[in-house]
Amino acid sequence: MTMTTNTLPGSACATCPMSRHLARLGVRMDSWDYVVALAGNPNTGKSTVFNALTGLRQHTGNWPGKTVARAEGGFEYGDKRYKIVDLPGTYSLLAASADEEIARDFILFGQPDVTVIVVDATRLERNLNLALQVLEITDKAVVALNLMDEARRHKLSVDERRLARDLGVPVVPLTARRGEGIAALLQMVHGVATGEIKPRPHHLASTRDSALDRAVSQLVTRIEAAFPGLPNARWVALRLLDGDASIESAIRDGSLGDLSRGPQTASVAERLVLAGAAS
Amino acid sequence: MSDPAADLLQTARALRAEVGAGMHDQLAEALYTDAARLADRAVTRPDERPRFDLDRAIDRLVTSRTWGFPIMILLLTVVFWITIQGANVPSRLLATLLLDTVHPALKDGASALGFPWWLSGVLFDGAYLAGAWVISVMLPPMAIFFPLFTLLEDFGYLPRVAFNLDRLFSRAGAHGKQALSMTMGFGCNAAGVVATRVIDSPRERLIAILTNNFAICNGRWPTLIMVSTIFIGSAVPAALAGLVSAAAVVGIAVLGVLLTFAVSWFLSRTMLKGEASVFSLELPPYRPPRIWQTLYTSVIDRTLIVLWRAVTMAVPAGVVIWTMSNVTIGGQSAAEHLVNLLDGFGWLLGLNGVILVAYIVAIPANEIIIPTILMLTVLTAGLSGVGEGAGVMFELESGNAIRNILGAGGWTTLTAINLMLFSLIHNPCSTTILTIYHETRSLKWTAVATALPLLLGFAVTFTLATAARLLGWV
Repeated sequence: MTMTTNTLPGSACATCPMSRHLARLGVRMDSWDYVVALAGNPNTGKSTVFNALTGLRQHTGNWPGKTVARAEGGFEYGDKRYKIVDLPGTYSLLAASADEEIARDFILFGQPDVTVIVVDATRLERNLNLALQVLEITDKAVVALNLMDEARRHKLSVDERRLARDLGVPVVPLTARRGEGIAALLQMVHGVATGEIKPRPHHLASTRDSALDRAVSQLVTRIEAAFPGLPNARWVALRLLDGDASIESAIRDGSLGDLSRGPQTASVAERLVLAGAAS
Repeated sequence: MSDPAADLLQTARALRAEVGAGMHDQLAEALYTDAARLADRAVTRPDERPRFDLDRAIDRLVTSRTWGFPIMILLLTVVFWITIQGANVPSRLLATLLLDTVHPALKDGASALGFPWWLSGVLFDGAYLAGAWVISVMLPPMAIFFPLFTLLEDFGYLPRVAFNLDRLFSRAGAHGKQALSMTMGFGCNAAGVVATRVIDSPRERLIAILTNNFAICNGRWPTLIMVSTIFIGSAVPAALAGLVSAAAVVGIAVLGVLLTFAVSWFLSRTMLKGEASVFSLELPPYRPPRIWQTLYTSVIDRTLIVLWRAVTMAVPAGVVIWTMSNVTIGGQSAAEHLVNLLDGFGWLLGLNGVILVAYIVAIPANEIIIPTILMLTVLTAGLSGVGEGAGVMFELESGNAIRNILGAGGWTTLTAINLMLFSLIHNPCSTTILTIYHETRSLKWTAVATALPLLLGFAVTFTLATAARLLGWV
């Protein structure tokens, strides 16, 4: 089933919204079924979403750069335990600075089961820039269209159905600081995590430069040969052509190879979590 | 058979040379084009333009070249004035309860149960009184200051501060985002050091780490507020006392910002040479703060956590001080030996041995400076009728009583001013030093970050003390 709009799956459950109960677990997590990453531009309300899901009260500040390290928490929903990781807010994933690298590496090597991209509905254009970069790396994403109250206040109307169709991933309108839309977000996260929803995200249209396109497709062939089953060969190719040193070293030391053998969040993600905890 | 990974990397390198350096821009452009197209399809804007944009009007005022800085200083002064005025009464109530009522009850209970004198001394005169002191001195100002500061933060004012400071930072050869990590440092320097991760250039990040200590942190605000209330505030008519003490605290904070610029400028021309890089700072929309939630989180997140940290540091420190004061070597207590040893050096700096010993005891947490100073002063000045014995943290009803004790310890206005200066300019607390090591992974830079402010503090207080003595002020 391809899920491209935000209509909820399993309409029978529309009448029983409380059947899947949200239990906030705070930081008390020793085992989990799925890992959820929270990505987004700075100051879009990621920490507010994080707090709404985990029941934690991470301080949220109205300024960019509040979350520079990763925060982790947990919640239980629909009999599944979720570990949620709040990534630093960044404008891009080109890994120019330490916070971008933390976010990028977690989405790439941590292979979260769902990446929730929190975007500011009042600044959609700039926020989609990051969202598109995330969708180049992973298919399993949900877009949380946050700050809908402010969009309304500015008399902007955002057509979330059209956006969901264009992006190819579920889009959930949200006013996280009042808890509006959290239930719908949970349903989407659950759907993508369990595989009930299989997003087919938008990918960058080919560039107008045919030499570049040729180089990309040539590299993609090589990458697929070297790492069969890698989910984002095209993105890796683009990063290599851009001279991304950390991707080069991931190829050299084989950690990229680990990704091609399917989800094994255990080893790679553990390592990242440990590396994160040490800093 | 060749290694596929090495093979792949070689191909990539060859293709990269072919594609050329323009590819990064092409990619960025493709992203922007796509984002713009998708956003355009999804968003409908209102036909009529809003008549009046409040956000923009506020921004024009608070980031204006003329009014930006005066407004910033005014807001800070108001925050401290409310803090100093408001903390007075609850501080006295807490002191009466914890020091005048609970402490004698505990001592009586101990003697009724037949505790040996040293056990009751260590437990109640050392550990309990240190904790009680920290709570009554720190809790009220923090419970007022943090919510006010958090409200400003939630409203969206802090990025405007960063915006105002950006020009100065780049003139000092530092990164404009240092304004953000510095603002974080006003809460906690360890958090400020971690916040420098948003700065991409390693050179500029190091500058931000090395100078973060000049942003006055939670642990130091109460010391400054207290000293300023007692010495600066009492030197002017009572009606103005609150305002003048608030202004003195703001003065020290502003001096810290100026030092940040000066030291950044110095570093970027000596040890850490280079050009300042450019960045874009997004000014977020103003948001009406959620008052109750802010009160709740700032009380739980900041006040109680900082207070708990202070108490856990103060309790062992109380035990150490009591023990130091009651172990005698050659007729003098260990504490007196140490104080006498450092007295000469302290005099040179316009301070005294007591203050220096207090700063050594307080390396884990700057919060306990004032209680430690008071206790050691009573001990060394040999005051009678105050406190109940050596190393006892005594009860005080008012700021006047504290002033009298410190006066007996030989304190002058110079001592108070230099204590405020030294509180701004000295080594970071041990938590921050550890964080600096984690972030830089370099013993050398950790050592520089520790020694640089300490030596600078010695230099500043020494210069001021010498100048004051030569000019006959003291």
